[in-house]
Amino acid sequence: MSNQPVKFSEEALAECHKIIKRYPSGKHKSALLPILHIAQAENDGWLSSSTMDKVAEIIGIKPVEVYEVASFYSMYNLKPVGKCVLEVCRTVPCWLNGSEELVAYLEKKLNIKAGETTKDGMFTIKTVECLGSCGTAPMLQCGANYHENLTNEKTDALIEKLKAENTRKSYTDII
Amino acid sequence: MGKKLLLEHINVPGIQSLEVYRKMGGYASVEKAIKTMSPDEIVEEVKKSGLRGRGGAGFPTGMKWSFLAKPAGVPRYLVCNADESEPGTFKDRYLMEKIPHALIEGMITSSFALGANTSYIYIRGEYFYVSRILERAIEEAYAAGWLGKNILGSGYDLDLYVQVGGGAYICGEETALLESLEGKRGNPRIKPPFPAVKGLYDCPTVVNNVETIAAVVPIVNHGGDEYAKIGIGKSTGTKLISAGGNINKPGVYEIELGVSVEEFIFSDEYCGGIPDGRKLKACVPGGSSVPILPADLLLKTSTGENRLMSYESLSEGGFATGSMLGSGGFIVYDERACIVRSTWNYSRFYHHESCGQCSPCREGTSWMEKILHRLEYGHGRSEDIDLLWDIQRKIEGNTICPLGDAAAWPVAAAIRHFRHEFEYHAKYPDKVKDTKHTPPPMPTRVAVG
Repeated sequence: MSNQPVKFSEEALAECHKIIKRYPSGKHKSALLPILHIAQAENDGWLSSSTMDKVAEIIGIKPVEVYEVASFYSMYNLKPVGKCVLEVCRTVPCWLNGSEELVAYLEKKLNIKAGETTKDGMFTIKTVECLGSCGTAPMLQCGANYHENLTNEKTDALIEKLKAENTRKSYTDII
Repeated sequence: MGKKLLLEHINVPGIQSLEVYRKMGGYASVEKAIKTMSPDEIVEEVKKSGLRGRGGAGFPTGMKWSFLAKPAGVPRYLVCNADESEPGTFKDRYLMEKIPHALIEGMITSSFALGANTSYIYIRGEYFYVSRILERAIEEAYAAGWLGKNILGSGYDLDLYVQVGGGAYICGEETALLESLEGKRGNPRIKPPFPAVKGLYDCPTVVNNVETIAAVVPIVNHGGDEYAKIGIGKSTGTKLISAGGNINKPGVYEIELGVSVEEFIFSDEYCGGIPDGRKLKACVPGGSSVPILPADLLLKTSTGENRLMSYESLSEGGFATGSMLGSGGFIVYDERACIVRSTWNYSRFYHHESCGQCSPCREGTSWMEKILHRLEYGHGRSEDIDLLWDIQRKIEGNTICPLGDAAAWPVAAAIRHFRHEFEYHAKYPDKVKDTKHTPPPMPTRVAVG
């Protein structure tokens, strides 16, 4: 997997260089987290070691500085994921409103367990901690979108919609 | 109907745009501040207002600002903490999404007061779409001359940027946030030095929560004394409360500090009571880190006074019988909720979010999660309750940052007020194996005081 070529479109590279300019001279490392989001969106939703090496090169820092950061934060995937990562919030306010039932429903519907990806590479279920959507629980995030106040019916409709669109969802998508 | 300072115009169509925001009086504080006030006068107004940090700690904002070191030739920074991650809290997201210019305006006025020429809004990565809304608002503000060089012809320059995080609760701790903004792991720094002396890029820095910065706008517009007239005692002004859990009307409410907890939960103006006529069992009133209170202690203090939504009243009685206002993340539990399962859920959260620097937190949060898991799933022992108590006590106060305390307090409070539920789990493993088990009834409390 890590031998695959690293993808960075012209626009994505231009965006990276624009981000680097936000910080005072010599403080370009500050651009790391935002650029990792771009790198992940450009490279099938995850960060291989060669993608991280490329990020180090773009910013001008050591590869290990990228690895240690990418492994610390929960939004960076260090393994391949499905086109649509269904991130279900499981923390107390969502739990009080049925997040455990939502996870169970998705697991049954997609025939995978949380943490797994469907064989067709379409969906990954990931349980995550509080997404700041406690008043609209239960909910899940997919790419940049929050899907809130979920019922079984709304979940069914969402899955159908995502299947029909058949595109990778990223945090950086403009919605 | 209480006074609204932050959300007054939230439902005005188009309020996300600069044009409509201006029509509703927006950016008046920038004009007033830059044209008629000195930076020190603004700091003075903020001091007079009694505004306290709205992120959770409740530290007086004016005092925090006055600690900012001002060595010559060294840049100063204002960093907005929009990392909102405290479970139960979603007010900043609501404010930024619905009325982004309120934050931008507050950032400009506050940056001017602090003498910062570059400021950052650090927003949690999961709120990526909100960062786009803020960026659009910032573009509008630049185009209209509210940001950039020589604002309002004053000679004052300000650049404002939005920085997205990568998903880590700990980055809400201000020094971890600064580390993260510097492109590093979110490991909190040892203090002192405090950010006011050595913050972003080792320069003097103020870090304030979104709601705190937005509150500077009405303080500058109407004066600190006027702001201080709202609220009760040292809890001045209004506060955004994120109400969730088992209530009829979850959402964000701007309250005048001092509303009674009972009114807040049961009145139709706010939470609208508990669904389906179920009973109120408990509440975590200020975000997941603060102690849970059973219904009786939530509504009345141990001395029988009505409990109010204020910093002082919610903490009345200390942790023995009180809690904290915290971030205003108000999580309501009805009678069906199992407190052991809830506590296990919180412990799992803190274990997941511990940065791993300090042994008491790194190891302790893992042990607490494990023990609570076995109690909840019917493999617990009666000694586990005292063991949990012992572990949380050894975490509290023994870590670099407050995450350790935040992990310890919910466990301590749950055992303090709901010990019978923990004992029930240890005693009747077969009854609790079903994840939807009914919790045992509350024992009758012996009247205190």
